[in-house]
Amino acid sequence: MSELVEVVVRGLGTGSVYALLALGFVVIYRATRVISFAQPAFMVAGAVAVSFLSDEIGYALAVPVAVLVGAALGLAVERTTIRPMIGKPVFVIAIITLGVDVVVRVFVNALIGTDVRQLGDPWGLETVSVLGIAVQQRFVASFVVTGLVVAALFAFLRWTRYGLAMRAVALDQEASMAQGVSVGKVFALSWALAGGLAAVAGAFVGTGSGIDQTTYIVAFAALPAIILGGIDSIVGAVVGGLGVGLVQSLVAAYQPDVAPWLGSNFQVVTPYLLMLAVLLARPYGLFGTPEVERV
Amino acid sequence: MTTMLPTKRETSDATVIAPTRRRSKPLRGRPGMFTTYAQELRLLNTRPKRIWVSFIVLGAVLLPFGVADDWLRLLAVGYVAAIGAIGLNLVTGYAGQVTLGHAFFLGVGAYTAAVISGDPDGRTLGLGITFLPVWLLAAGVVAGLCGLLVAPLAVRLRGLYLAIVTLGLVFLGEHIFKEWGAVTGGPGVGRSAAVPSLFGYELDQDGPFFTGMQQMYLLMLALLIIFAVLARNLMRSKVGRAFAAVRDRDIAAEIMGVGLTKHKALAFVVSSFYAGCAGALFYTVTGFFDPGSFNLLLSVQFIAMVLIGGVATISGSIMGALFIMLLPRFTQELPSLLPVVSSSPTDFPNVFQVESVLYGLLIIGFLIFEPRGLFGIWIRIRNYWKGWPFTY
Repeated sequence: MSELVEVVVRGLGTGSVYALLALGFVVIYRATRVISFAQPAFMVAGAVAVSFLSDEIGYALAVPVAVLVGAALGLAVERTTIRPMIGKPVFVIAIITLGVDVVVRVFVNALIGTDVRQLGDPWGLETVSVLGIAVQQRFVASFVVTGLVVAALFAFLRWTRYGLAMRAVALDQEASMAQGVSVGKVFALSWALAGGLAAVAGAFVGTGSGIDQTTYIVAFAALPAIILGGIDSIVGAVVGGLGVGLVQSLVAAYQPDVAPWLGSNFQVVTPYLLMLAVLLARPYGLFGTPEVERV
Repeated sequence: MTTMLPTKRETSDATVIAPTRRRSKPLRGRPGMFTTYAQELRLLNTRPKRIWVSFIVLGAVLLPFGVADDWLRLLAVGYVAAIGAIGLNLVTGYAGQVTLGHAFFLGVGAYTAAVISGDPDGRTLGLGITFLPVWLLAAGVVAGLCGLLVAPLAVRLRGLYLAIVTLGLVFLGEHIFKEWGAVTGGPGVGRSAAVPSLFGYELDQDGPFFTGMQQMYLLMLALLIIFAVLARNLMRSKVGRAFAAVRDRDIAAEIMGVGLTKHKALAFVVSSFYAGCAGALFYTVTGFFDPGSFNLLLSVQFIAMVLIGGVATISGSIMGALFIMLLPRFTQELPSLLPVVSSSPTDFPNVFQVESVLYGLLIIGFLIFEPRGLFGIWIRIRNYWKGWPFTY
């Protein structure tokens, strides 16, 4: 029983990282209809910013600064490579973000170096006792922080002018433009938000174990999460992210005993298998809106 | 009266249709004027194309007699990459189905070929059939069958959903390749690639007339020409037009009577066949490969080849593939030109980082400034001289 609880907490902890990344994907998708393959690079950039700053100003201060760095990076990318491409096919823009990912990651990897870099987080591998069961602090922390961030994002979208503008643009770009919404500003804001969210994810992806040059692969597991939840649904991103994290953690815990023939590290590919199953049964995910096409 | 009418119609039909059936030549002195659709569709429909293509092919055939072996190795690998890039262009450029899963199909082809031609008594699985056409075709067919497995997804999904699914395919493939040690040798160890042998004659060993590398170069050149002409012919047939219709608007294509399921599946199968053949040949030049090679970066490289070369053009795929495969050779020269760039992989601006950044920047730059790629640049130059001295 205690093992199961531990596994579930681990799953929710890593799942919240996926949820944050998935939110970034969804925010960009809602505004621009593009899936940004640059999210992994933003995440690692945020993680690197945290790891460098936490020596100087402490982890708690480093995270907000890293969020600003991530947002600035998102803004810069949007302005230089996405804005000139407005009106072009979304596939072309998606491939551009793939190019951005490759470029940004080279610089970030140079900063990481060849070894594992620690983030300087206060949790490490220490545990805390919840209802008599020892669970790792870092997973609880990432789950709580993700909860706060998601709540803030929902409040922002629900009650602020810019949130309203973002929802309007997600529904119909031209109609919202006619109502006086600056669609360009919404694009910029979406990319900045996605960069910031990815940086938060970066701050938690390496807690305890540190980051290295292959950490970015973690971020691709957020793609199955958005497919699972529905590509244009904020709720879906959170549910999908937590779901993927949970399944991955359960598989990691029980697959070596139940089905050892699937090989070691099988949990790495489970999100993609889950995604294939979901797509065959429900192509628009759990919460997504089916696409209406006209000829 | 009633018996006259049909005969009349037949004769009038015959006079109208007969010229289109005949493989008619362009009018004298008017080489740019086509009077039939067949002329327009010819493989090399203008005289400059015929002349230039013969020059380029002749030059490529004569190249091994004047160029050192290390350049031949690069070009041979480039030709193989071009076969793979043509395959990706068929599905992504012509049929409009975005796929990031090309690396997976390359891997399937490479391992199929390696297993068939491998040493039966070796460390890894092998059947010992080293005859080149056998393992090449088998690699293509097995990869094509894997493409057929992906096809149901491609039919149900489109656009970026498909891109994400095929991305997942790369990760799944990487896992299988790493875990299936009996076939792949395991990560970090790898296995030897397929042995290119024709009628008991091993092409990668020095022969009586040519060095091994010269033979490999000529083999790859010949295969590239075969594959390129096949692809070009397929694309100027009914299938190619159906692909273009699916790409431009799949719903409209379906309403016009283009079988969507059939053609999307066909695009994936043909593309995977090409990828499988390219994968089988890719490592015969170096002789050894590791299961970690078939990762996302390889897929991105092929995407870059297609985009930099020119979407939906065969010649563009070849140009793009050669460009990407020769790029490392030029970045290697950088440290002597720019002292800031180091050749050691542990320093900060080293050649490998410059190379990766260049891939990324070239993809971004070409898409923003010249979406038709190198082929588009060539079209611009050609049109400039065609219209010279007028600018329009």
